[in-house]
Amino acid sequence: MTTTLRKALLGAVFAASLGVGAADAATIKVGVIAPFSGPFAMFGQTFKEGIAIYQAEHGKTVGGDTVEFVFRDLDQANPAQSKALAQELIVKERVSFLAGFTFTPDAMAVAPLIDEANIPAVIFNAATSAITEKSPRYVRTSFTLWQNTVPLANHIAKLGVKKAITAVSDYGPGIDGETAFKATFEKAGGAVVDTIRMPLKSNDFAPFMQRIKDSGAEAVYAFLPAGPTTLAFAKAFTDNGLKEKGIQFFGPGDITQEPDLPALGDAVLGMTTSFHYSQAHESAANKSFLAKYKELFGSSDNATFTSVGAYDGVHLIYTMIAKTGGKIDGLKAVEAVKGMSWESPRGPVTIDPDSRHIRQTVYLRTVERVNGKLQNTEKASFADQPDFGYKVGK
Amino acid sequence: METMFGIAVDGVAYGMILFIISVGLSVTLGLMRVVNLAHGAFAMVGGYVASYAAQSFGLPYAAALLVAVLLTVLATLPLEKLLYRRIYGHANELSQVLLTIGLTFVIVASVNYLFGPSLKRIPLPDLLLGTVSLGPKSIPTHRAFVIAAGAVTLLGLWWLLERTDFGIRLRAAVDDPAMAAALGIRTERLYMATFALGTGLAALGGVLGAELLPLEPYYAIRYIVLFLAVVAVGGAGSIFGSAAAALALGITDTAGKYLIPNFGEFFFYAALILILFRWPHGFFKGKMA
Repeated sequence: MTTTLRKALLGAVFAASLGVGAADAATIKVGVIAPFSGPFAMFGQTFKEGIAIYQAEHGKTVGGDTVEFVFRDLDQANPAQSKALAQELIVKERVSFLAGFTFTPDAMAVAPLIDEANIPAVIFNAATSAITEKSPRYVRTSFTLWQNTVPLANHIAKLGVKKAITAVSDYGPGIDGETAFKATFEKAGGAVVDTIRMPLKSNDFAPFMQRIKDSGAEAVYAFLPAGPTTLAFAKAFTDNGLKEKGIQFFGPGDITQEPDLPALGDAVLGMTTSFHYSQAHESAANKSFLAKYKELFGSSDNATFTSVGAYDGVHLIYTMIAKTGGKIDGLKAVEAVKGMSWESPRGPVTIDPDSRHIRQTVYLRTVERVNGKLQNTEKASFADQPDFGYKVGK
Repeated sequence: METMFGIAVDGVAYGMILFIISVGLSVTLGLMRVVNLAHGAFAMVGGYVASYAAQSFGLPYAAALLVAVLLTVLATLPLEKLLYRRIYGHANELSQVLLTIGLTFVIVASVNYLFGPSLKRIPLPDLLLGTVSLGPKSIPTHRAFVIAAGAVTLLGLWWLLERTDFGIRLRAAVDDPAMAAALGIRTERLYMATFALGTGLAALGGVLGAELLPLEPYYAIRYIVLFLAVVAVGGAGSIFGSAAAALALGITDTAGKYLIPNFGEFFFYAALILILFRWPHGFFKGKMA
């Protein structure tokens, strides 16, 4: 009995090693670290969908090499765990790329590893400007708070608003948004009367609304990460009579991202946000992206900035593989996509050669009800916006 | 002056919402001595049922609320019979924590699997939309409704526990189960009814509080600390204690966030520590209502 078992096991191990050996020459692995379970599972789900759509459109091979995605679950911001997963992916799975990353600390934690292993890391989401400064092997296909805030602050100043107030979630990206807004708005001649930092775990926003009301500001710039708190915040804004008092609401588009819109409902109707992707973006590329979404997953209602971030990230990875002929040298691969431009579902984009961050059009959108469904309708656009926060204060 | 009034009104409104979602836990924890960490999960189930009933079957708000409470009670009664019955009593505190936290994880995963990770809403009727003004301050109609519902719940529970046969028997059964049983009180049925009351109140709170604590699968874990804080400060089992605690915490939190927003949740937890330091067993320990 024991011998049979041992023989079977040995056979299995032998077969497996043969299999891996044979596939090695033609399989390029990409390790994706993101939340696939837990409260932030929406990120992982949309990443997976973006990747699947790209592969469905462009096939799973590049120049004869098969591209395989290996997923690792990181359910919340946890830099130590992110580093451990990255190490496992590099050493055991022998991945040639790292990708994903929802939270800034998780992305930053892998910098020494990608430098040592000399592989590129493509960031699908994490949006603090400082990340790409940490290693020359980072490329990012999402956005930064600076990128979306600067054009918005200039726009608000142009509307003739003199006094504004900021209300942001008290963590890295929120503070980035606050700094970007204050710097830009004050340069344009406006005054920021107060800066409110709200705890990430706030449930009741009525006191903040009262403070905004009492500040005498004409407009509020608000940033909260997409998720349950945005609902309470948006409701508090309408319910506490700020709209009636004529206080205008502005913020980055995280607050009205597509999967949350049905739940937010009429509370966000008419809200103006600035963002790089809207499901309602009018372009052939976006139409075919959404059509594929619907074909693969039954509905395109969840298509949002994170799906597009992953979709474009895969485009970069495919290009890097094609240009380096399947032998991945991190620096050379990143070099190969610097300055590269293409038409993404979000609009025209370019990889900035300096910051390795995506330059893109930032749109000014208003939430409207079209055919019974809420959407972010694009009203104005600011073409080719860089990451204004790259190496700021250095 | 106007600001003070604003803080007071917002604080009371927030406090009442805290009360209505925590009072069910006060019933199970205080009256049945079960550390029911699955309270948040039951509240969430209630909210999801109401959301599903309203959105997929087009039930009006009141009907969805009723269906949510009834279905949650019906769904959790077998749990009482199969699981909770085995862990009643002081000797089982560790088992209670382990069982109920495990149950919470199971419910969270099931809800996530069935309904997905996105936010769910319970559409409000036109009657509860908009705002009502109280002097210089206007508050959302829905909050005014929750304050009223909280007051009704408070009085109803007080009457039930203090002025009815059911209340007398329940208190007897909690204080000395063996003697109560010897006197012919059917303690098992009594416990089952109280458990149903607790989960029913959880579901009610889940539905009414959904505007403030939005429904998503991690609701059950995200807010449990809030519920426990209210019950701990109020004194387990004391209905008036829970109300007083919820109002005190609600007003402190609102005032702190208005006056010094950068301190965040500091005032909420500072109040919690100070109150428990002065009254380690909560405001109204040992008094029934």
